[in-house]
Amino acid sequence: MPDYALPSAIICLPFVVSVMVLLLRGLGRRQNLSAWLMTSTGLLVLLLSAYLYPAIADGGVVRQVIPWVPGLGLDLVLRIDGFSWLFMLLISGIGALVGVYARYYMSPDDPLARFFALLLAFMGSMLGIVMSGNVIQLVFFWELTSFFSFLLIGYWYNGASARDGARMALIVTSGGGLCLFGGVLLLGHIVGSYDLEAILAAGDVVRAHPWYLPTLILILLGAFTKSAQFPFHFWLPQAMSAPTPASAYLHSATMVKAGVFLLVRFWPVLGGTTEWSWIVGGIGMISLILGAYSAMFEQDLKGVLAYSTISHLGLITMLVGLGSTLGVVAAIFHIVNHATFKASLFMAAGAVDHETDTRDLRKLGGLRRHMPITATLALVAGAAMAGVPLLNGFLSKEMFFAETLAVGQGPLLDALSVVIAVAASAFGVTYSLRFVGGVFFGRVVDDLPRKPHEPPLWMRFPIGFLALLCLLVGMLPARMIGPSLDAAARSVLGGDMPTYSLAVWHGLTTPLLMSIFAFVAGCLLYVRLREYFSSCEAAPLTGRLSGKRIFERVLAVAAADVPQRIERRYPSRRLQSQLLMIVLLALAAGWIAAASAPLGLELGGSDIDPAFALLWLIGAVCAVGAASQAKFHRLAALILTGGAGLVSCVSFVWLSAPDLAATQLLVEVVTTILILLGMRWLPKRIAGMAVETRWQRFRRRRDVFIAIAVGAGVASLAYAAMTHPVSESISRFFLENAYTGGGGNNVVNVILVDFRGFDTLGEISVLAIVALTVFGLLRRFRPAAESISMPVQQQQQTAYDAAAPDRAADHSLTDYLMIPGLIIQLLSPVILLFGLHLFLRGHDLPGGGFVAGITVSVALILLYMAGGARWVETRLRVLPVRWIGAGLLMAVLTGLGSLAFGHPFMTSHFQYLDLPLLGRIPLATAVLFDLGVFAVVVGATTLMLIALAHQSLRRPREVPAAAAAAEGET
Amino acid sequence: MELILATAIGILAASGVWLLLRPRTFQVIIGLTLISYAVNMFIFSIGGLRTGADPVLNGGDIAHYADPLPQALVLTAIVIGFATTALFLVVLLTSRGLTGNDHVDGEDGTS
Repeated sequence: MPDYALPSAIICLPFVVSVMVLLLRGLGRRQNLSAWLMTSTGLLVLLLSAYLYPAIADGGVVRQVIPWVPGLGLDLVLRIDGFSWLFMLLISGIGALVGVYARYYMSPDDPLARFFALLLAFMGSMLGIVMSGNVIQLVFFWELTSFFSFLLIGYWYNGASARDGARMALIVTSGGGLCLFGGVLLLGHIVGSYDLEAILAAGDVVRAHPWYLPTLILILLGAFTKSAQFPFHFWLPQAMSAPTPASAYLHSATMVKAGVFLLVRFWPVLGGTTEWSWIVGGIGMISLILGAYSAMFEQDLKGVLAYSTISHLGLITMLVGLGSTLGVVAAIFHIVNHATFKASLFMAAGAVDHETDTRDLRKLGGLRRHMPITATLALVAGAAMAGVPLLNGFLSKEMFFAETLAVGQGPLLDALSVVIAVAASAFGVTYSLRFVGGVFFGRVVDDLPRKPHEPPLWMRFPIGFLALLCLLVGMLPARMIGPSLDAAARSVLGGDMPTYSLAVWHGLTTPLLMSIFAFVAGCLLYVRLREYFSSCEAAPLTGRLSGKRIFERVLAVAAADVPQRIERRYPSRRLQSQLLMIVLLALAAGWIAAASAPLGLELGGSDIDPAFALLWLIGAVCAVGAASQAKFHRLAALILTGGAGLVSCVSFVWLSAPDLAATQLLVEVVTTILILLGMRWLPKRIAGMAVETRWQRFRRRRDVFIAIAVGAGVASLAYAAMTHPVSESISRFFLENAYTGGGGNNVVNVILVDFRGFDTLGEISVLAIVALTVFGLLRRFRPAAESISMPVQQQQQTAYDAAAPDRAADHSLTDYLMIPGLIIQLLSPVILLFGLHLFLRGHDLPGGGFVAGITVSVALILLYMAGGARWVETRLRVLPVRWIGAGLLMAVLTGLGSLAFGHPFMTSHFQYLDLPLLGRIPLATAVLFDLGVFAVVVGATTLMLIALAHQSLRRPREVPAAAAAAEGET
Repeated sequence: MELILATAIGILAASGVWLLLRPRTFQVIIGLTLISYAVNMFIFSIGGLRTGADPVLNGGDIAHYADPLPQALVLTAIVIGFATTALFLVVLLTSRGLTGNDHVDGEDGTS
């Protein structure tokens, strides 16, 4: 594979495997296969990234550009530099370990394919964020990670806390994503390009621009929501309802790092100003201390880790905010360190939960006796979190302390940052002690929900591997992480690299003294307040001000109170009045338009054909008749409406539009059958039953007046439109190119299946959706049994059957429509053949997939009418949903087919083919598309008709049961 | 011809709008059907009426053919109209099943 295609391969791999996991879920021992696929994907990405190392080692960049809409500056740009490369290692490496871990953590009863598919898709999206070379593309992947995080938090969607946590995380992070999108658009506008390369080079322009502050705030909102920084931190503890492997992966190691990734990425562009230092440094400081403080009082094992994550992300944010180049190096270093120890601790917490069925710190204790290896590993990782020397956490913390000593933003901020850094570090020691000491050491607890054992080897392996990394980096930092950290920092800072040394011992420096002080203070705090920690319900001071509660209040106001208030202001809640308002509004709009630009009506046009006048006299009578009869005589109204439809159908023929006439006729038939089927369920309405009030009489007169006004308006508009000459339209192009370009003589059909094929695809999708909606709605619909009696005819027949001694019940049903039924049976093959004929000739002569589809469904429905639903269904298996699916698939595939030949979507190809018997027929790929249209129409129409017909079918089965029950009572 | 067709469209639209403002669901569905006839005829007639024009290409002069554009538009409109009628019918039935009456507002008031 050529190197330049490697980035796209890396990014596609997780998504492809994700779909594969879903497709293969039925195979073998499921959890093994899915986990194996996940781990090997992670390893493969890791290897491919490692292979790219030489290209990025010295500040180099690997770029792959796939042009998309170059005119708008939208290209798919994949860009790997040292910094994104480091993130790729984290994402793929921890992903592989999480795959191994999750295999043993998850229960085989859970839908595992979904879990691993989501994790893989998340891996792909996260890789997408770090590899994006175009900022809009970055936002796209950013939102994808929010989305997959939502699905993973809500994985056990039966639990209310999982659903609530998932929703909260989605609202907060994707809201932040929207802000980020806005910020990125502003940024692109300032720079004049959305390409990351151009933006990174234009730092001075951006910082000097008047829009700098809004841009900065919007981008920071995105970063802070994602990285759970104050005041958006509250979603992260709620997200702990996610399965622990997902928490370890998304909510500690990778996704929450996206925010700080963004801060570091845009540091060369946005950083270095006073605003940046105050906002980023300040928010980081607050999150650092608040997270560490809250973590001490948490009782949930994962909750401690969540708050600790907030605190450590705050530390990173603060480092970036302080503004020195050394701070950026320390931030990158801490990103890696935090990911290693925190993922390991999350997995250890999961192992405890897995073995004891509880995560409550108050219940746990002395687990060292039952699971010594896990205890040792957790001790190592916990020590790294606390910043104990010889572990990786210590090194980056020392760098952080050194940074706080050299802030230089005025005496207040300087002093504050040192105090807060030491305090947060002391708190960190305390909660680490609570976490490790409280769970694994101390008093042995016997009344655990489950008797704990050492977890399986492969569940300990990822924990151990990461703990080992903590140790190795802590002891041999320069050898282990030196080169990659250098490459990452170089890619962010460019030539402006600070001097720093990765050594364990720097001598007796101030940072070391700060460390020692923090360590001793943390230990004392733990020893003194141990009992208090395990008895308190919420953290003092901050515990009552719950971000979660504020969020829920805001949500309630925005989603319920405000809409209700708006609704109360609305003039009417009644649909009838609302329809009136819509009509009046349209009338007013038409009136204003006509008043400002007169239509210029003048009598003229072609001669009046008396036959045509007579035709429309009938049509007008039908329309008015339908309007007057629709309340009390529904059948008459329906017939009259059909009459009006037939008149417009004849007009289409008259005015040279045979395609329209055929379609109108057939649709008329199907619509009438549909309404006939539905009419059966409407309540009876008899004229003169209710007394008409004065208000009703007034309303009727008012509506007649409105209707006449609308009619007059529409008529004059139509007259004006008909008599005014048309300017050159696109029709000429269609007429000239229909044969040469589309291979058909029937221009209307060629427009539908070729020129405007995309529209038709949308149209059949609408049809399919409507059919499925009809089907779904009708499955729920049960009219109250007592509100609808059996039709009179059916009652008479039943009575007749019951009276005659030689007839069984339902006997008349079999005799029903015997002769028409026979005729219909004989005719149905002819109708089907006619449908086929219409379909085949459609490209050159009036006809086509749509008309043919309706013809076929009319044949089917006639059979239903003649023989009854049961008779048809014992002889013929109609599977309308499959027809719909196959049709849509066919239409889309035909469209995609042209892509394979390098033409745009939906380009058709045609040639003529000589077939025996049939002769020379045109064979355009558009015919295949038309076949898709045909199948969708057949499926959709029959699905709707059959679904309605089945409503009646339920009745005969229910009624005998009810009647039997009634007899039993008497 | 134009005068007749324009009047016809007006009458169809007027009957449809009157029904649209009625309280019963069946009246509204019939009204919508009538309005869709009116609108289809209206779209079709834009650009003038042609009698005796060739609808299908046969090698003659382009000026002799009927305008295919409004026809294609109306064909689509007929299909979508059919789909919405079906959907409305079922919503009507469901509303009838849920509320026990056939009033558009779901409650049998004074009308």
